[in-house]
Amino acid sequence: MSITIKDVEHVANLARLELTNEEKEQFTGQLNAILKYAEKLDSLNTDNVEPTSHVLPITNVMREDVTRESLPIEKVLLNAPDEEDGQIKVPAVLE
Amino acid sequence: MALFDLRLQDVHSKLNNKELTVSDLVDASYRRIADTDQAVKAFLTLNEENARRQADDLDKQLQEGGERGLLFGLPAGVKDNIVTEGLLTTCASQFLSNYNPIYDATTVSKLKSAQSITIGKLNMDEFAMGGSNENSSYYPTRNPWNTEYVPGGSSGGSAASVAAGQVYFSLGSDTGGSIRQPAAYCGIVGLKPTYGLVSRFGLVAFASSLDQIGPLTKNVEDSAYVLQAIAGYDEKDSTSANVNIPDYTSALTGDVKGLRIGVPKEYLGEGIDPKVKEAVMQSLKTFESMGATWEEVSLPHTEYAIATYYLLASSEASSNLARFDGVRYGVRADNPDNLIDLYRKSRSQGFGPEVKRRIMLGTYALSSGYYDAYYLKAQKVRTLIKQDFDNVFNQYDIIIGPTAPTTAFKIGEQVGDPLTMYLNDICTIPVSLAGIPAISVPCGTADGMPIGLQIIGKAFDESTVLRAAHAFEQQTEFHKLRPQLG
Repeated sequence: MSITIKDVEHVANLARLELTNEEKEQFTGQLNAILKYAEKLDSLNTDNVEPTSHVLPITNVMREDVTRESLPIEKVLLNAPDEEDGQIKVPAVLE
Repeated sequence: MALFDLRLQDVHSKLNNKELTVSDLVDASYRRIADTDQAVKAFLTLNEENARRQADDLDKQLQEGGERGLLFGLPAGVKDNIVTEGLLTTCASQFLSNYNPIYDATTVSKLKSAQSITIGKLNMDEFAMGGSNENSSYYPTRNPWNTEYVPGGSSGGSAASVAAGQVYFSLGSDTGGSIRQPAAYCGIVGLKPTYGLVSRFGLVAFASSLDQIGPLTKNVEDSAYVLQAIAGYDEKDSTSANVNIPDYTSALTGDVKGLRIGVPKEYLGEGIDPKVKEAVMQSLKTFESMGATWEEVSLPHTEYAIATYYLLASSEASSNLARFDGVRYGVRADNPDNLIDLYRKSRSQGFGPEVKRRIMLGTYALSSGYYDAYYLKAQKVRTLIKQDFDNVFNQYDIIIGPTAPTTAFKIGEQVGDPLTMYLNDICTIPVSLAGIPAISVPCGTADGMPIGLQIIGKAFDESTVLRAAHAFEQQTEFHKLRPQLG
Protein backbone atom coordinates (compact mmCIF):
# COMPACT_ATOMS: atom_id res chain seq x y z
CA MET A 1 0.00 0.00 0.00
CA SER A 2 1.63 3.19 -1.11
CA ILE A 3 0.45 6.78 -0.72
CA THR A 4 0.19 9.08 -3.71
CA ILE A 5 0.16 12.86 -3.90
CA LYS A 6 -3.60 12.55 -4.40
CA ASP A 7 -3.91 10.74 -1.04
CA VAL A 8 -1.84 13.43 0.61
CA GLU A 9 -4.13 16.11 -0.84
CA HIS A 10 -7.20 14.23 0.43
CA VAL A 11 -5.75 13.85 3.94
CA ALA A 12 -4.61 17.48 4.00
CA ASN A 13 -8.16 18.52 3.23
CA LEU A 14 -9.50 16.36 6.09
CA ALA A 15 -6.92 17.89 8.42
CA ARG A 16 -7.71 21.43 7.21
CA LEU A 17 -4.14 22.00 6.08
CA GLU A 18 -3.12 23.87 2.96
CA LEU A 19 0.12 22.38 1.64
CA THR A 20 2.54 23.81 -0.88
CA ASN A 21 3.55 21.58 -3.80
CA GLU A 22 6.91 21.13 -2.14
CA GLU A 23 5.27 20.03 1.14
CA LYS A 24 3.00 17.62 -0.72
CA GLU A 25 5.97 15.90 -2.32
CA GLN A 26 7.96 15.82 0.88
CA PHE A 27 5.06 14.39 2.92
CA THR A 28 4.28 11.78 0.27
CA GLY A 29 7.82 10.43 0.56
CA GLN A 30 8.05 10.68 4.33
CA LEU A 31 4.60 9.23 5.05
CA ASN A 32 5.35 6.32 2.74
CA ALA A 33 8.58 5.65 4.63
CA ILE A 34 6.87 5.84 8.02
CA LEU A 35 3.91 3.67 6.95
CA LYS A 36 6.25 1.12 5.38
CA TYR A 37 8.05 0.95 8.72
CA ALA A 38 4.66 0.53 10.45
CA GLU A 39 3.89 -2.49 8.24
CA LYS A 40 6.03 -4.57 10.61
CA LEU A 41 2.99 -4.65 12.94
CA ASP A 42 1.24 -6.83 10.34
CA SER A 43 3.62 -9.68 11.15
CA LEU A 44 2.01 -9.99 14.59
CA ASN A 45 -1.14 -12.04 15.04
CA THR A 46 -3.49 -9.95 17.17
CA ASP A 47 -6.74 -11.82 16.48
CA ASN A 48 -7.41 -12.54 20.15
CA VAL A 49 -5.86 -9.42 21.63
CA GLU A 50 -7.98 -6.67 23.17
CA PRO A 51 -6.99 -3.12 22.20
CA THR A 52 -5.56 -0.79 24.88
CA SER A 53 -6.88 2.75 24.48
CA HIS A 54 -5.24 3.82 27.71
CA VAL A 55 -3.72 1.94 30.60
CA LEU A 56 -5.93 2.86 33.54
CA PRO A 57 -8.91 0.68 34.39
CA ILE A 58 -11.33 3.63 34.43
CA THR A 59 -14.20 4.43 32.09
CA ASN A 60 -17.00 7.00 31.95
CA VAL A 61 -15.92 9.40 34.66
CA MET A 62 -19.00 11.46 35.54
CA ARG A 63 -19.47 14.42 37.82
CA GLU A 64 -22.65 15.55 39.53
CA ASP A 65 -24.73 17.67 37.19
CA VAL A 66 -24.81 20.80 39.33
CA THR A 67 -24.84 24.43 38.30
CA ARG A 68 -21.52 26.16 38.72
CA GLU A 69 -20.27 29.61 38.02
CA SER A 70 -18.75 29.90 34.56
CA LEU A 71 -15.84 32.03 33.47
CA PRO A 72 -16.51 35.76 33.09
CA ILE A 73 -17.04 36.80 29.46
CA GLU A 74 -14.02 39.17 29.43
CA LYS A 75 -11.75 36.27 30.32
CA VAL A 76 -13.29 33.97 27.74
CA LEU A 77 -12.80 36.57 25.03
CA LEU A 78 -9.32 37.59 26.18
CA ASN A 79 -7.59 35.55 23.45
CA ALA A 80 -10.24 35.81 20.75
CA PRO A 81 -8.75 37.19 17.52
CA ASP A 82 -11.98 39.04 16.70
CA GLU A 83 -15.12 39.78 18.73
CA GLU A 84 -18.32 41.75 18.66
CA ASP A 85 -20.97 42.25 21.36
CA GLY A 86 -19.47 39.65 23.66
CA GLN A 87 -19.26 37.02 20.93
CA ILE A 88 -16.41 35.58 18.89
CA LYS A 89 -16.58 36.81 15.30
CA VAL A 90 -15.77 34.66 12.25
CA PRO A 91 -16.29 35.14 8.50
CA ALA A 92 -19.73 34.36 7.12
CA VAL A 93 -20.54 30.65 7.35
CA LEU A 94 -23.42 30.77 4.86
CA GLU A 95 -23.03 32.57 1.57
CA MET B 1 29.26 25.19 45.87
CA ALA B 2 26.73 26.92 43.61
CA LEU B 3 23.50 27.92 45.35
CA PHE B 4 21.35 25.57 43.29
CA ASP B 5 23.64 22.61 44.04
CA LEU B 6 22.60 22.73 47.69
CA ARG B 7 20.19 20.09 48.92
CA LEU B 8 16.63 21.26 49.45
CA GLN B 9 16.88 20.96 53.25
CA ASP B 10 20.12 22.95 53.20
CA VAL B 11 18.49 25.73 51.20
CA HIS B 12 15.65 25.76 53.69
CA SER B 13 17.92 25.81 56.75
CA LYS B 14 19.90 28.69 55.25
CA LEU B 15 16.62 30.54 54.79
CA ASN B 16 15.71 29.78 58.42
CA ASN B 17 19.10 30.95 59.68
CA LYS B 18 18.84 34.13 57.64
CA GLU B 19 22.02 33.28 55.74
CA LEU B 20 19.94 33.49 52.59
CA THR B 21 16.74 35.17 51.40
CA VAL B 22 14.26 34.09 48.76
CA SER B 23 15.23 37.24 46.85
CA ASP B 24 18.82 35.96 46.79
CA LEU B 25 17.60 32.74 45.18
CA VAL B 26 15.56 34.57 42.58
CA ASP B 27 18.46 36.96 41.94
CA ALA B 28 20.80 34.04 41.43
CA SER B 29 18.39 32.52 38.94
CA TYR B 30 18.03 35.63 36.77
CA ARG B 31 21.75 36.41 37.00
CA ARG B 32 22.61 32.93 35.79
CA ILE B 33 20.06 33.24 32.98
CA ALA B 34 21.60 36.58 31.96
CA ASP B 35 25.06 34.98 31.93
CA THR B 36 24.22 31.74 30.13
CA ASP B 37 20.98 31.87 28.19
CA GLN B 38 22.44 33.65 25.18
CA ALA B 39 24.32 30.39 24.66
CA VAL B 40 21.76 27.86 25.95
CA LYS B 41 18.43 29.37 24.81
CA ALA B 42 16.45 27.43 27.40
CA PHE B 43 13.84 30.13 28.04
CA LEU B 44 11.08 31.47 25.82
CA THR B 45 9.48 33.86 28.34
CA LEU B 46 10.67 35.26 31.66
CA ASN B 47 8.39 36.08 34.59
CA GLU B 48 10.84 38.42 36.30
CA GLU B 49 8.61 41.16 37.67
CA ASN B 50 6.13 38.73 39.23
CA ALA B 51 8.87 36.44 40.48
CA ARG B 52 10.64 39.28 42.29
CA ARG B 53 7.39 40.49 43.82
CA GLN B 54 6.63 36.95 44.96
CA ALA B 55 10.14 36.66 46.44
CA ASP B 56 9.52 39.81 48.49
CA ASP B 57 6.26 38.34 49.76
CA LEU B 58 7.95 35.08 50.72
CA ASP B 59 10.76 36.95 52.48
CA LYS B 60 8.11 38.77 54.53
CA GLN B 61 6.51 35.45 55.35
CA LEU B 62 9.93 34.17 56.37
CA GLN B 63 10.26 37.02 58.89
CA GLU B 64 6.79 36.45 60.27
CA GLY B 65 7.25 32.70 60.61
CA GLY B 66 4.47 30.14 60.24
CA GLU B 67 3.89 27.16 58.01
CA ARG B 68 5.66 27.02 54.65
CA GLY B 69 5.17 25.12 51.44
CA LEU B 70 7.20 22.05 50.55
CA LEU B 71 9.13 23.88 47.79
CA PHE B 72 9.25 27.24 49.58
CA GLY B 73 11.25 29.86 47.69
CA LEU B 74 12.72 27.52 45.07
CA PRO B 75 13.13 28.99 41.57
CA ALA B 76 11.34 26.79 39.03
CA GLY B 77 11.07 26.67 35.25
CA VAL B 78 7.90 25.44 33.57
CA LYS B 79 7.74 23.85 30.13
CA ASP B 80 5.84 26.07 27.72
CA ASN B 81 3.04 23.56 27.09
CA ILE B 82 1.85 23.85 30.71
CA VAL B 83 -0.54 26.78 30.99
CA THR B 84 0.24 29.62 33.39
CA GLU B 85 -2.40 32.29 34.05
CA GLY B 86 -1.32 35.67 32.69
CA LEU B 87 2.03 34.31 31.48
CA LEU B 88 2.50 33.66 27.76
CA THR B 89 2.20 29.94 26.88
CA THR B 90 3.24 29.23 23.29
CA CYS B 91 4.07 25.49 23.12
CA ALA B 92 7.03 26.86 21.09
CA SER B 93 4.56 27.31 18.22
CA GLN B 94 3.90 30.39 16.10
CA PHE B 95 0.23 29.47 16.32
CA LEU B 96 0.17 30.34 20.03
CA SER B 97 2.71 33.19 19.91
CA ASN B 98 0.13 35.50 21.52
CA TYR B 99 -1.65 33.04 23.84
CA ASN B 100 -2.26 34.42 27.32
CA PRO B 101 -3.87 31.66 29.42
CA ILE B 102 -6.84 32.53 31.63
CA TYR B 103 -6.16 29.78 34.17
CA ASP B 104 -3.33 27.78 35.72
CA ALA B 105 -2.66 24.12 35.03
CA THR B 106 -3.28 22.00 38.15
CA THR B 107 0.47 21.33 38.43
CA VAL B 108 1.11 25.10 38.37
CA SER B 109 -1.51 25.70 41.10
CA LYS B 110 0.17 22.95 43.09
CA LEU B 111 3.59 24.57 42.67
CA LYS B 112 2.03 27.82 43.88
CA SER B 113 0.63 26.06 46.98
CA ALA B 114 4.07 24.54 47.57
CA GLN B 115 5.43 28.11 47.28
CA SER B 116 8.04 27.66 44.58
CA ILE B 117 8.59 30.62 42.26
CA THR B 118 8.01 30.43 38.52
CA ILE B 119 11.02 32.03 36.85
CA GLY B 120 9.80 31.62 33.28
CA LYS B 121 8.62 29.33 30.51
CA LEU B 122 10.91 26.83 28.89
CA ASN B 123 11.66 26.07 25.27
CA MET B 124 10.59 22.75 23.73
CA ASP B 125 9.87 21.04 20.44
CA GLU B 126 6.70 22.57 19.01
CA PHE B 127 3.67 21.00 20.74
CA ALA B 128 6.14 18.51 22.32
CA MET B 129 6.73 16.78 18.99
CA GLY B 130 10.40 15.96 18.68
CA GLY B 131 13.43 14.74 20.55
CA SER B 132 16.00 17.48 20.03
CA ASN B 133 14.34 20.91 20.55
CA GLU B 134 15.19 21.63 16.90
CA ASN B 135 11.44 21.72 16.26
CA SER B 136 10.94 24.83 18.39
CA SER B 137 9.54 27.46 16.05
CA TYR B 138 11.54 30.15 17.90
CA TYR B 139 15.09 28.86 18.31
CA PRO B 140 16.71 25.56 19.24
CA THR B 141 17.86 25.08 22.84
CA ARG B 142 21.50 24.02 23.12
CA ASN B 143 23.10 21.43 25.37
CA PRO B 144 24.97 23.13 28.26
CA TRP B 145 27.67 20.43 28.07
CA ASN B 146 28.48 21.44 24.49
CA THR B 147 26.42 24.07 22.74
CA GLU B 148 27.01 22.41 19.36
CA TYR B 149 24.85 19.52 20.60
CA VAL B 150 21.10 19.13 21.12
CA PRO B 151 19.75 19.02 24.70
CA GLY B 152 17.26 16.32 23.69
CA GLY B 153 13.55 16.86 23.68
CA SER B 154 10.86 17.59 23.76
CA SER B 155 11.50 18.98 27.28
CA GLY B 156 14.92 20.24 26.11
CA GLY B 157 14.59 23.66 27.73
CA SER B 158 13.48 22.06 31.01
CA ALA B 159 16.57 19.82 31.08
CA ALA B 160 19.07 22.44 29.85
CA SER B 161 17.91 25.08 32.37
CA VAL B 162 18.45 22.73 35.31
CA ALA B 163 21.79 21.47 33.95
CA ALA B 164 22.96 25.06 33.38
CA GLY B 165 22.05 26.02 36.97
CA GLN B 166 19.48 28.59 35.86
CA VAL B 167 16.69 27.19 38.02
CA TYR B 168 16.51 24.86 41.00
CA PHE B 169 14.12 22.49 39.25
CA SER B 170 11.75 22.41 36.30
CA LEU B 171 8.60 20.70 35.08
CA GLY B 172 8.55 18.88 31.77
CA SER B 173 6.12 16.59 30.00
CA ASP B 174 6.78 13.11 28.68
CA THR B 175 4.76 11.40 25.93
CA GLY B 176 7.34 8.97 24.53
CA GLY B 177 10.47 9.92 26.50
CA SER B 178 10.35 13.71 26.51
CA ILE B 179 11.44 14.07 30.16
CA ARG B 180 13.82 11.12 30.43
CA GLN B 181 15.77 11.51 27.17
CA PRO B 182 16.68 15.22 27.64
CA ALA B 183 17.51 14.52 31.29
CA ALA B 184 19.92 11.82 30.06
CA TYR B 185 21.46 14.08 27.37
CA CYS B 186 21.93 16.92 29.90
CA GLY B 187 23.24 14.83 32.81
CA ILE B 188 20.37 15.41 35.25
CA VAL B 189 17.50 13.47 36.85
CA GLY B 190 14.15 13.23 35.01
CA LEU B 191 11.09 11.34 36.24
CA LYS B 192 8.08 10.28 34.21
CA PRO B 193 5.38 9.29 36.70
CA THR B 194 2.76 6.57 36.17
CA TYR B 195 0.05 7.67 33.74
CA GLY B 196 -2.70 9.25 35.86
CA LEU B 197 -0.59 10.09 38.93
CA VAL B 198 -0.08 13.75 38.01
CA SER B 199 -2.95 15.83 36.64
CA ARG B 200 -2.89 16.69 32.93
CA PHE B 201 -5.37 19.55 33.40
CA GLY B 202 -3.77 22.57 31.73
CA LEU B 203 -1.16 20.53 29.87
CA VAL B 204 -1.74 21.32 26.20
CA ALA B 205 -2.64 17.85 24.92
CA PHE B 206 -0.41 16.05 22.41
CA ALA B 207 -1.30 12.37 22.89
CA SER B 208 -3.82 12.18 25.72
CA SER B 209 -3.35 8.50 26.52
CA LEU B 210 0.41 8.95 26.99
CA ASP B 211 1.14 12.51 28.20
CA GLN B 212 2.42 12.91 31.78
CA ILE B 213 3.99 15.87 33.60
CA GLY B 214 7.04 15.22 35.77
CA PRO B 215 10.04 16.84 37.49
CA LEU B 216 13.55 17.50 36.18
CA THR B 217 16.05 18.00 38.99
CA LYS B 218 19.73 17.71 39.83
CA ASN B 219 19.28 14.80 42.21
CA VAL B 220 16.80 12.06 43.15
CA GLU B 221 15.82 13.56 46.49
CA ASP B 222 14.62 16.77 44.81
CA SER B 223 12.74 14.64 42.30
CA ALA B 224 10.88 13.00 45.19
CA TYR B 225 10.03 16.38 46.74
CA VAL B 226 8.71 17.87 43.50
CA LEU B 227 6.71 14.70 42.74
CA GLN B 228 5.22 14.93 46.24
CA ALA B 229 4.09 18.48 45.47
CA ILE B 230 2.48 17.77 42.08
CA ALA B 231 1.03 14.23 42.42
CA GLY B 232 -2.58 13.56 43.32
CA TYR B 233 -6.13 13.08 42.13
CA ASP B 234 -7.72 15.92 40.17
CA GLU B 235 -11.40 15.91 39.26
CA LYS B 236 -10.60 18.24 36.34
CA ASP B 237 -8.68 15.42 34.61
CA SER B 238 -10.93 12.50 33.63
CA THR B 239 -7.92 10.17 33.49
CA SER B 240 -6.60 11.15 36.90
CA ALA B 241 -6.06 8.13 39.15
CA ASN B 242 -7.66 8.22 42.57
CA VAL B 243 -4.84 6.55 44.50
CA ASN B 244 -3.15 7.20 47.83
CA ILE B 245 -0.03 9.30 47.53
CA PRO B 246 2.78 7.87 49.70
CA ASP B 247 5.55 9.92 51.31
CA TYR B 248 8.14 9.64 48.54
CA THR B 249 11.12 11.00 50.45
CA SER B 250 10.68 8.40 53.19
CA ALA B 251 11.32 5.75 50.51
CA LEU B 252 14.88 7.05 50.07
CA THR B 253 16.48 4.63 52.50
CA GLY B 254 19.64 3.89 50.54
CA ASP B 255 18.85 0.20 50.94
CA VAL B 256 18.37 -2.00 47.87
CA LYS B 257 19.45 -5.29 49.41
CA GLY B 258 17.50 -8.13 47.79
CA LEU B 259 16.06 -5.91 45.07
CA ARG B 260 15.44 -7.99 41.94
CA ILE B 261 16.41 -6.24 38.74
CA GLY B 262 15.44 -7.32 35.23
CA VAL B 263 17.67 -6.16 32.38
CA PRO B 264 15.95 -6.41 28.98
CA LYS B 265 18.28 -7.80 26.34
CA GLU B 266 16.36 -5.75 23.72
CA TYR B 267 17.61 -2.51 25.37
CA LEU B 268 21.27 -3.48 25.04
CA GLY B 269 21.28 -4.96 21.56
CA GLU B 270 21.81 -3.56 18.11
CA GLY B 271 21.94 0.21 17.79
CA ILE B 272 23.12 0.83 21.36
CA ASP B 273 26.40 2.73 21.57
CA PRO B 274 29.03 0.43 23.18
CA LYS B 275 29.98 3.22 25.62
CA VAL B 276 26.37 3.54 26.74
CA LYS B 277 26.17 -0.23 27.19
CA GLU B 278 29.40 -0.23 29.18
CA ALA B 279 28.06 2.48 31.52
CA VAL B 280 24.87 0.48 32.09
CA MET B 281 26.86 -2.70 32.85
CA GLN B 282 29.01 -0.78 35.34
CA SER B 283 25.85 0.57 36.96
CA LEU B 284 24.55 -2.97 37.39
CA LYS B 285 27.79 -3.83 39.20
CA THR B 286 27.10 -0.91 41.54
CA PHE B 287 23.66 -2.35 42.27
CA GLU B 288 25.21 -5.80 42.84
CA SER B 289 27.68 -4.31 45.30
CA MET B 290 24.72 -3.00 47.31
CA GLY B 291 23.14 -6.45 47.52
CA ALA B 292 20.69 -6.24 44.62
CA THR B 293 20.58 -8.99 42.00
CA TRP B 294 20.05 -8.73 38.26
CA GLU B 295 19.22 -11.09 35.45
CA GLU B 296 18.71 -10.71 31.74
CA VAL B 297 15.04 -10.67 30.75
CA SER B 298 13.13 -10.23 27.51
CA LEU B 299 10.51 -7.72 26.41
CA PRO B 300 9.87 -9.47 23.11
CA HIS B 301 7.60 -6.84 21.53
CA THR B 302 10.09 -3.97 21.93
CA GLU B 303 10.82 -3.89 18.19
CA TYR B 304 7.16 -3.02 17.49
CA ALA B 305 7.00 -0.17 19.99
CA ILE B 306 8.12 2.72 17.80
CA ALA B 307 5.68 1.92 14.99
CA THR B 308 2.90 1.48 17.56
CA TYR B 309 3.77 4.74 19.25
CA TYR B 310 3.93 6.86 16.11
CA LEU B 311 0.56 5.57 14.92
CA LEU B 312 -1.16 6.09 18.28
CA ALA B 313 0.49 9.37 19.27
CA SER B 314 0.01 10.92 15.83
CA SER B 315 -3.62 9.81 15.69
CA GLU B 316 -4.32 11.33 19.09
CA ALA B 317 -2.40 14.47 18.10
CA SER B 318 -4.36 14.92 14.88
CA SER B 319 -7.54 14.88 16.94
CA ASN B 320 -6.21 17.05 19.81
CA LEU B 321 -4.72 19.68 17.52
CA ALA B 322 -8.02 20.12 15.67
CA ARG B 323 -8.84 22.72 18.35
CA PHE B 324 -6.24 25.07 16.88
CA ASP B 325 -8.46 26.59 14.23
CA GLY B 326 -7.89 30.32 14.65
CA VAL B 327 -11.37 30.98 16.05
CA ARG B 328 -11.13 31.34 19.84
CA TYR B 329 -7.40 31.88 20.44
CA GLY B 330 -4.06 31.78 18.69
CA VAL B 331 -2.99 33.61 15.56
CA ARG B 332 -5.76 33.97 12.97
CA ALA B 333 -4.72 34.23 9.32
CA ASP B 334 -5.58 37.43 7.47
CA ASN B 335 -8.15 37.72 4.68
CA PRO B 336 -9.75 34.26 4.64
CA ASP B 337 -12.28 33.62 1.87
CA ASN B 338 -14.65 31.86 4.27
CA LEU B 339 -14.70 29.94 7.56
CA ILE B 340 -13.09 26.75 6.20
CA ASP B 341 -10.41 28.87 4.57
CA LEU B 342 -9.82 30.59 7.92
CA TYR B 343 -9.15 27.19 9.56
CA ARG B 344 -6.94 26.10 6.69
CA LYS B 345 -4.85 29.25 6.43
CA SER B 346 -4.47 29.74 10.20
CA ARG B 347 -3.32 26.15 10.70
CA SER B 348 -1.00 26.11 7.69
CA GLN B 349 0.68 29.36 8.73
CA GLY B 350 0.77 28.50 12.45
CA PHE B 351 2.16 24.93 12.48
CA GLY B 352 5.73 23.89 11.74
CA PRO B 353 6.77 20.92 9.53
CA GLU B 354 6.96 18.20 12.22
CA VAL B 355 3.53 19.13 13.59
CA LYS B 356 2.03 19.05 10.09
CA ARG B 357 3.72 15.71 9.39
CA ARG B 358 2.24 14.12 12.51
CA ILE B 359 -1.21 15.59 11.89
CA MET B 360 -1.04 14.15 8.37
CA LEU B 361 0.08 10.71 9.60
CA GLY B 362 -2.58 10.66 12.32
CA THR B 363 -5.36 11.86 10.05
CA TYR B 364 -4.42 9.18 7.53
CA ALA B 365 -4.32 6.45 10.18
CA LEU B 366 -7.78 7.44 11.44
CA SER B 367 -9.33 8.01 8.03
CA SER B 368 -12.08 5.88 6.55
CA GLY B 369 -10.78 2.49 5.42
CA TYR B 370 -7.51 2.61 7.37
CA TYR B 371 -8.68 2.77 11.00
CA ASP B 372 -8.57 -1.00 11.58
CA ALA B 373 -5.30 -1.49 9.72
CA TYR B 374 -3.38 1.19 11.60
CA TYR B 375 -5.04 2.63 14.70
CA LEU B 376 -6.83 -0.44 16.00
CA LYS B 377 -3.87 -2.68 15.13
CA ALA B 378 -1.54 -0.38 17.07
CA GLN B 379 -3.87 -0.40 20.09
CA LYS B 380 -3.75 -4.21 20.07
CA VAL B 381 0.04 -4.29 19.84
CA ARG B 382 0.08 -1.81 22.72
CA THR B 383 -1.64 -4.51 24.80
CA LEU B 384 1.14 -6.99 23.91
CA ILE B 385 3.82 -4.45 24.86
CA LYS B 386 2.13 -3.81 28.20
CA GLN B 387 1.88 -7.58 28.82
CA ASP B 388 5.65 -7.89 28.26
CA PHE B 389 6.21 -5.59 31.23
CA ASP B 390 3.53 -7.32 33.35
CA ASN B 391 5.30 -10.64 32.79
CA VAL B 392 8.71 -9.31 33.83
CA PHE B 393 7.26 -7.56 36.88
CA ASN B 394 5.85 -10.89 38.08
CA GLN B 395 9.43 -11.82 38.96
CA TYR B 396 11.35 -8.56 39.25
CA ASP B 397 10.98 -5.34 41.26
CA ILE B 398 12.46 -2.95 38.71
CA ILE B 399 13.78 -2.97 35.16
CA ILE B 400 17.05 -1.26 34.26
CA GLY B 401 18.48 -0.23 30.93
CA PRO B 402 19.80 2.81 29.13
CA THR B 403 17.55 5.86 28.74
CA ALA B 404 18.72 6.50 25.18
CA PRO B 405 20.82 4.39 22.79
CA THR B 406 23.44 7.13 22.40
CA THR B 407 24.53 10.37 24.02
CA ALA B 408 23.35 13.71 22.58
CA PHE B 409 23.94 14.26 18.85
CA LYS B 410 25.00 17.41 17.04
CA ILE B 411 22.46 20.07 16.10
CA GLY B 412 21.39 19.51 12.49
CA GLU B 413 22.75 15.96 12.34
CA GLN B 414 19.38 14.17 12.13
CA VAL B 415 17.13 16.88 10.69
CA GLY B 416 15.41 15.80 7.47
CA ASP B 417 15.21 12.14 8.47
CA PRO B 418 12.20 11.80 10.80
CA LEU B 419 12.44 8.01 11.02
CA THR B 420 16.03 8.01 12.35
CA MET B 421 15.06 10.70 14.83
CA TYR B 422 12.15 8.53 16.02
CA LEU B 423 14.49 5.57 16.65
CA ASN B 424 16.28 7.51 19.41
CA ASP B 425 13.25 6.78 21.58
CA ILE B 426 13.48 2.97 21.46
CA CYS B 427 14.16 2.59 25.22
CA THR B 428 11.62 5.13 26.48
CA ILE B 429 8.62 4.59 24.21
CA PRO B 430 7.68 1.06 25.37
CA VAL B 431 7.54 2.36 28.96
CA SER B 432 5.20 5.18 27.90
CA LEU B 433 2.93 2.75 26.06
CA ALA B 434 2.72 0.64 29.23
CA GLY B 435 1.95 3.75 31.30
CA ILE B 436 4.47 2.84 34.00
CA PRO B 437 6.93 5.10 35.88
CA ALA B 438 10.59 5.51 34.99
CA ILE B 439 13.44 7.77 35.99
CA SER B 440 16.64 8.71 34.19
CA VAL B 441 19.71 9.29 36.36
CA PRO B 442 23.27 10.16 35.27
CA CYS B 443 25.49 7.05 35.05
CA GLY B 444 28.61 8.18 33.20
CA THR B 445 29.90 10.16 30.24
CA ALA B 446 31.15 9.34 26.77
CA ASP B 447 33.43 11.84 25.01
CA GLY B 448 32.37 14.48 27.50
CA MET B 449 28.62 14.01 27.07
CA PRO B 450 26.38 12.52 29.81
CA ILE B 451 24.80 9.06 29.73
CA GLY B 452 21.45 8.28 31.39
CA LEU B 453 20.44 5.12 33.25
CA GLN B 454 16.73 4.32 33.06
CA ILE B 455 15.06 2.68 36.07
CA ILE B 456 11.54 1.45 35.35
CA GLY B 457 8.97 0.40 37.93
CA LYS B 458 5.50 -1.08 38.35
CA ALA B 459 2.46 1.17 37.96
CA PHE B 460 2.20 3.60 40.91
CA ASP B 461 5.37 2.20 42.48
CA GLU B 462 7.36 5.44 42.16
CA SER B 463 8.67 4.74 45.67
CA THR B 464 10.72 1.73 44.55
CA VAL B 465 11.96 3.57 41.44
CA LEU B 466 13.07 6.53 43.56
CA ARG B 467 14.61 4.27 46.22
CA ALA B 468 16.72 2.43 43.64
CA ALA B 469 17.74 5.65 41.88
CA HIS B 470 18.66 7.32 45.16
CA ALA B 471 20.69 4.34 46.39
CA PHE B 472 22.61 4.34 43.09
CA GLU B 473 23.21 8.07 43.39
CA GLN B 474 24.62 7.62 46.92
CA GLN B 475 27.25 5.25 45.51
CA THR B 476 28.26 7.35 42.51
CA GLU B 477 29.47 10.85 41.70
CA PHE B 478 27.96 11.28 38.20
CA HIS B 479 25.14 13.54 39.40
CA LYS B 480 27.71 15.98 40.77
CA LEU B 481 29.32 16.61 37.38
CA ARG B 482 28.49 20.04 35.96
CA PRO B 483 28.94 21.48 32.48
CA GLN B 484 31.46 24.29 32.07
CA LEU B 485 29.47 27.29 30.92
CA GLY B 486 30.02 31.04 30.89
